[in-house]
Amino acid sequence: MAQPFRTSRGGRIDRARPIRFSFNGRTVEGYHGDTVASALLANGIHLVGRSFKYHRPRGILSHGPDEPSALLSVDRGPGRVDPNNRASVVEARDGLKTLSQNHWPSLEVDVGEVNDLLSPVFVAGFYYKTFMWPRKFWDKVYEPVIRAAAGLGKAPVAADPDRYANRHAHCDVLVVGAGPAGLAAALAAARTGKRVILADEGPEPGGSLLHDLTSQVDGRPAAVWLAETLTDLDARENVILLPRTTAFGYYNHNHVALAERVTDHLPAGGGQAPRERLWQVRAGEVVLAGGAHERPLVFSDNDRPGVMLAESVRVFANRYGVLPGRRIVFATTGASAYRAALDAKAAGAEVTLVDLRLEADCGAEPAELRAAGIEVLTGHTVLGAKGRKRVTGLVVAPIGPEGRIGASRLLSCDCVGMSGGWTPAVHLFSQSRGKLVYEPGLDAFVPGTSAQAERSAGAAKGTYDLAACLAEGDAAGAEAAGSQERRALAATPTATGFQPARVMPTNADPTKVRAFVDFQNDVTAKDIKLAVREGFHSIEHVKRYTTTGMATDQGKTSNMNALGIVAGQLDKTLPGVGTTTFRPPYTPVTFGTLVGPARHALFDPIRTTPIHGWAEAHGALFENVALWRRAWYFPKPGEDLHAAVARECKAVREGVGIFDASTLGKIEIVGPDAAEFMNRMYINPWAKLEPGRCRYGLMLKEDGYILDDGVVARVSPECFHVTTTTGGAARVLAHMEDYLQTEWHDLDVFLTSTTEQWAVIALQGPKARAVIEPLVDGIDLSPQAFPHMAMRSGTICGVPTRLFRVSFTGELGFEINVPSDQALAVWEAIMEAGRPHGITPYGTETMHVLRAEKGYIIVGQETDGTVTPDDVGLAGMIAKAKKDFVGKRSLARPDVVAKGRKQLIGLVTDDPKVVLDEGAQIVADPGQPIPMRMLGHVTSSYWSANCNRSIALALVADGRDLMGRTLHVTTPDGFTTATVAEPVFLDPKGERINA
Amino acid sequence: MLEVRYRTARTLPLGRPVAPALPRGGILIQPAEAEARFSLRLRGPLSPGGFPLDRPINTVTGDDRRWVARLGPDEWLIGMPEGEADLLAEAAAADLRGRAHSLVDISHRNVGIDVTGALAADVLNAGCPLDLGDAAFPPGSATRTLLGKAEIVLIRHAGAVPSYRVECWRSFATYVHGFLQEAAIAAQPVERVPAR
Repeated sequence: MAQPFRTSRGGRIDRARPIRFSFNGRTVEGYHGDTVASALLANGIHLVGRSFKYHRPRGILSHGPDEPSALLSVDRGPGRVDPNNRASVVEARDGLKTLSQNHWPSLEVDVGEVNDLLSPVFVAGFYYKTFMWPRKFWDKVYEPVIRAAAGLGKAPVAADPDRYANRHAHCDVLVVGAGPAGLAAALAAARTGKRVILADEGPEPGGSLLHDLTSQVDGRPAAVWLAETLTDLDARENVILLPRTTAFGYYNHNHVALAERVTDHLPAGGGQAPRERLWQVRAGEVVLAGGAHERPLVFSDNDRPGVMLAESVRVFANRYGVLPGRRIVFATTGASAYRAALDAKAAGAEVTLVDLRLEADCGAEPAELRAAGIEVLTGHTVLGAKGRKRVTGLVVAPIGPEGRIGASRLLSCDCVGMSGGWTPAVHLFSQSRGKLVYEPGLDAFVPGTSAQAERSAGAAKGTYDLAACLAEGDAAGAEAAGSQERRALAATPTATGFQPARVMPTNADPTKVRAFVDFQNDVTAKDIKLAVREGFHSIEHVKRYTTTGMATDQGKTSNMNALGIVAGQLDKTLPGVGTTTFRPPYTPVTFGTLVGPARHALFDPIRTTPIHGWAEAHGALFENVALWRRAWYFPKPGEDLHAAVARECKAVREGVGIFDASTLGKIEIVGPDAAEFMNRMYINPWAKLEPGRCRYGLMLKEDGYILDDGVVARVSPECFHVTTTTGGAARVLAHMEDYLQTEWHDLDVFLTSTTEQWAVIALQGPKARAVIEPLVDGIDLSPQAFPHMAMRSGTICGVPTRLFRVSFTGELGFEINVPSDQALAVWEAIMEAGRPHGITPYGTETMHVLRAEKGYIIVGQETDGTVTPDDVGLAGMIAKAKKDFVGKRSLARPDVVAKGRKQLIGLVTDDPKVVLDEGAQIVADPGQPIPMRMLGHVTSSYWSANCNRSIALALVADGRDLMGRTLHVTTPDGFTTATVAEPVFLDPKGERINA
Repeated sequence: MLEVRYRTARTLPLGRPVAPALPRGGILIQPAEAEARFSLRLRGPLSPGGFPLDRPINTVTGDDRRWVARLGPDEWLIGMPEGEADLLAEAAAADLRGRAHSLVDISHRNVGIDVTGALAADVLNAGCPLDLGDAAFPPGSATRTLLGKAEIVLIRHAGAVPSYRVECWRSFATYVHGFLQEAAIAAQPVERVPAR
């Protein structure tokens, strides 16, 4: 019979909608509404994995997000494989393929289990102690082998085909968790009309109400109240109800990150819809109602499949209609497991309950169970579990006076429900930087002082009684929404008594007992005690030494037990030991959710110019410059970079070249104080620059080092057209605005970025004038009327232009500024007009070579943020008469005026064929002992087709005093020699530029 | 001058808009026509002549063809049909004569994309961190903000259907348009969880 452990009726599964999926190749049947865990249990499958270190058989411990053991690889279709999914939260659906992990050759027969026999060797810190020598073996041998043997699932290799979405949202009240407290909070807040978001990690909101068959709320069965409440909330326009949504990170200013799983549960996958959506919620107020996690009991072999948390037995029985066993023993130190035992009995199981507490310390709950015909053994400890791949029995014994352990007794069973009490889920509260306080009555850390506008309610605050949770939620929601209204909801009382136990008392040799504290990391009580004995007294150190509390579950089930053991060993109180830090994410989040749509074309804006399409069509290769993609060079068939650049360089010097300079930053500086502002921002003088003339401007930071450069045209007395470097455009505008707004708000001047208003077509070479002459209207292009470093307005091809006569090549040249949307048409017209002149498009590489031939610097290449104008030979540009400009004072600093600064020089290699490496170091004598004295480094180096030899620029200490000297420059295999020269390799008198 | 200026047709980075389709799934993302835009900067007491400059910061006046968005204490973004650009420049110059101001033509710097439909705010919130609820960002609002990794100006026009204008710089238009289209797909409702 399929699903032999399915109850005959009940549960919130939809028995009319059967589903099938596979587990390790075997078909598993279940119903819509099942999780993978509940469906496996319905089919009697408990053994679902092998443990991390010892490869011990492991089962399903929990029904929720705290599951440490049942981690499966889930295959949702081609390319959609994820490791380490918790079986307890993956919704079962048709077509899923699930696989257990960390075993070879199979789950049933795993040779890695030999590690379990060797466990006396594999103590805490084993790796650190054993694999020390030889040192170099760690990287090559030890670490790879250990990683292969341990570890969890395998990372997927295929690209993720799914879509991921991002959504910013704002609300007045964000409620995290839709259990009784969260629902009451959301209702109370929603009634005020304020905007409410209610997020719950489960597929169905309701929390504990989803498996509470006996409580009454407001005079109705809990399930009825839940349905009515959800209908009410759903109908309200001001409420966003988000199921399958985990609040995983709590950041500053009530910025809470939620991961919504949108389509994984849909059999068809959801078509174009995203797999997951990241919600970035900015909430006015937050109510944290995330509930609590149950603690396991620590006893020998408590990790056997079939041993699970008591409340999980109840959830599987009540919510999923699955009995995890036919004979179930509950072992507990508190009252909550009694309810689970009663429910399991009602669902048809044979039940026994063992309670560590003495009869006198219990409430009415033992009597209630006995009345239901359940054997209750109070004052009993658990000595250990029997069975290997499935629990077969529990050995228990009474604890006599003075803690003496009496005669043991074997309780045969196929399932154990254990409960060591509850730990409030304070993760988000702690992430919000709220201060936790230890509550001895609860044996738990609970939210103390808040650091942000948030409040906790219900079990997340250590309140376990249903009526109290509802009242606390109602108050929290109302308070968060600023309402005085309170609505009391009557509810069935909940038994909440509890007595903390770290390790169940035993008479066995403690060094032989394998009692697990952290199931995911295979950490036993013994390991933690060993760590303390070895001197790890801080809980943070114990965590790292033993790995307790690490990995996907982050110690949700184990932390309090581990803390308790450490405190006991050190004879300290729990708060004296402290707790580890809770960091986001609360539960694992996919990379896809964090990345969202920022992939492929949307990873980053790729900025392209209006000429980009033309360049692509004409075979350009591109390089990235900041976010821009610029044409690098235009190879003809068969040409490599070297050949193409050599041809382009020759073409510009001998004929005419055309270059897309649209990426240059441009700023329109307008106002009566424009010239004064320019005077303060740049080292150069601007007052006397006539309208229609240009000047090369150099700009410093306050430290006196070069920030940016560019040609500036004075359009009119009150208007400057400033250009900046491509990468510096945003930085320069921000730098200017910063000064204008904070220092010189008295200046009447305004800055507007026009980088993208104007496309720039650079036309360079002796034939440049001839090419544009027929196209330009309204401008006299003759050298007398339009000299070098001038700017004129007119039209080209009928398009308004600001035509600059400037040159970054040393040739006669024009930079044609036209409105961007018309630039392509102008470019194509110039190409057509230039065809008889052999016009040649060139890219950034040729631009670099041509300017280096002339010794023009590039900011960011010849400068690195520590270079002054004098260092690069441009001190002559400083306007001596100016009282001040940004950076002026720093130029007088002793360090800046001292001898020994690196200065820009040219380097001519003795072998003209040798092209130096950019960045290569320069020394005077390669024979000197190491460490040698470095004189400087090469900043630019190219093959120059026009000079028919290599050329290089370098920054060298006192370089200008070394003209003609031979220096030694590093190469990949030694040194080469070069002679110091002026940093101009072509047309030193600058005759070509004025042609 | 007008004639010369527009003899060469503009090549828009997102192409010429096609006739508006019906909003798909409650959202229509439509690149705007070639329009004219100016950045006006002006300080001191505002004496509105022909321009509604005295409205609060972060508001827009006008309709979806001719609008003036106040982005800061001394900054306005002005949009209008392409053919009216020269007239505006002349009118503004006359209006503001003698006052320190800056009126810069940025028609080609800016690219407009209209986002219309019931899901418009959700789509924008895929990349815009602002509160776009009716109380915080009602019709008539305008602000400089972010969409994903791009800076935009976001304007909300009045109308029965939620209607926004996204303005970005030319070279960011491909990214912004692609981002909005991706967000429109991702914002489509999937399946409501049945409350049981």
